[in-house]
Amino acid sequence: MMFADKVFDPRTGLLFFDLFNLDGILGDKFLVNGKIQPFFQVHPRRYRFRWLNTGPSRFLELFLTDPNNLSAHHPFWQISHDGNLLPRPLLVESVGMAVAERSDVIIDFSQLPPGSSLFIENRLEQKDGRGPTNRILPAGQGNLLLRFDVVLPPVADNSADPATITHLLDVPAAPQNIVTRGFRFDRQNGMWAINGRLMDDDCETIRFRARQNTTGNEGEIWTFVNKSGGWQHPIHPHFEEFVILTRNGQPPPSFEVGRDDVARLNFNEEILLFRRHRDFLGRYPLHCHNVLHEDHAMMLRFDIEPVGDTNPTP
Amino acid sequence: MTRISRRAFLATYGMAPVAGALLARRWSNATVSAREVIRERYFPNVVLRTHENKKVRFYDDLIKNKIVTINFMYAHCEGVCPRITSNLVKVQKLLVPRVGRDIFMYSITLKPEQDTPRALKQYARMHGTGPGWLFLTGNPGDIELLRRKLGFTDPDPAVDRDKGNHIGNVRYGNEALQLWGACPGLATAKSIAKSISWVDWPKGEASGS
Repeated sequence: MMFADKVFDPRTGLLFFDLFNLDGILGDKFLVNGKIQPFFQVHPRRYRFRWLNTGPSRFLELFLTDPNNLSAHHPFWQISHDGNLLPRPLLVESVGMAVAERSDVIIDFSQLPPGSSLFIENRLEQKDGRGPTNRILPAGQGNLLLRFDVVLPPVADNSADPATITHLLDVPAAPQNIVTRGFRFDRQNGMWAINGRLMDDDCETIRFRARQNTTGNEGEIWTFVNKSGGWQHPIHPHFEEFVILTRNGQPPPSFEVGRDDVARLNFNEEILLFRRHRDFLGRYPLHCHNVLHEDHAMMLRFDIEPVGDTNPTP
Repeated sequence: MTRISRRAFLATYGMAPVAGALLARRWSNATVSAREVIRERYFPNVVLRTHENKKVRFYDDLIKNKIVTINFMYAHCEGVCPRITSNLVKVQKLLVPRVGRDIFMYSITLKPEQDTPRALKQYARMHGTGPGWLFLTGNPGDIELLRRKLGFTDPDPAVDRDKGNHIGNVRYGNEALQLWGACPGLATAKSIAKSISWVDWPKGEASGS
């Protein structure tokens, strides 16, 4: 399920993209797989969904809501974050996704009365392109994205009960021969800067050479810092996934343990992560995945080379 | 769920500014053209005064049927303005001889009370700007309207009030083709010129390189 929020011109009914917005576009119409607030008929059984937040700018915190009983809790299973399974299934009340983040979830509709409905609801309050306020709205007061209708007949369900799964995927160990680099994401007079510098058309101004991992135990530790006063950025380095070591000095939350490729960088946060550069040499970008920030040069380039450099602040 | 149609797929992925404008055009079957929507939304036809003390209308005289760059500045700015202006001087040189012919550059003052046409003329002379680049002042209410319509605002009201912290981006666009974008005014001159070339379609001559 691809989640998106769009703006339509009320006079023409056509999709409208605000070409003059540099902060982040928030739509007032909520789409799943290109349809506005669709419904989906389900059998009373478990379903596995892959969720993707396609933005362009909104952060999501998705809950399951029963419109007839707003105080009821509807936990479900989260089994992956971005491109990888978690160490074990997590029973969750909600799943958070910044733009470009993915999650696999398992929802069990067999527990619901036949004929009932359940909404996917985004309850994260966001008022402008800077990022969400981080306030969770009461059930029923958020954005209703999709309605499940449990109206199809019972069928055999041969899928494993996530509650019985104790192990999915181990977290790779951190490399030992490391290069450490820091990246500070700033806003300067409305322009996006990384380590105080702006991107140029050849991507030469903010650039470094990452060392290819040839022995299997070489890697890099990167620090992402956001002091940009109220802005949040989903930071997405290309080519290799990473493992978050700490957020503000603390271990990451359980849904973020494992390999990821988008790091949601909140207000006044510092993220420490490691990554290895395997397989291919070449040029790759790192960018903010708020599409408006990305379009306006919140980006750098790194080249994976046999030797690389040790520049701590590219 | 049903299969998504090509149109819905494109709508979902039509995120780049250029793609958005093209989509709006291709499938437009309404009476209001996409070009009209863009004009109404972003280009109030306010009266401005150039540094040559000439009266101009923003849309009719400066935007319509032109390739343009737009930035905001003020003459006594001690922040980013001097660097951005000297950067744009280099951009103008890269785009010779087209500036003044089909590409036009506009710098609008954020302090119309201080920046009279005469003060702006002095500023233009000091920076050695060439023909085809206008410095613009006007009624403070009109200037503020333009600033808001053109998206040179910060969502944080405290930051937005601080003129020393004003937005340093350069907007560029091709009015007839409805292609609009923006880039940092402190990017390299070559980079800004290349950005402008993205809306210089189909000629592709604006890169200057």
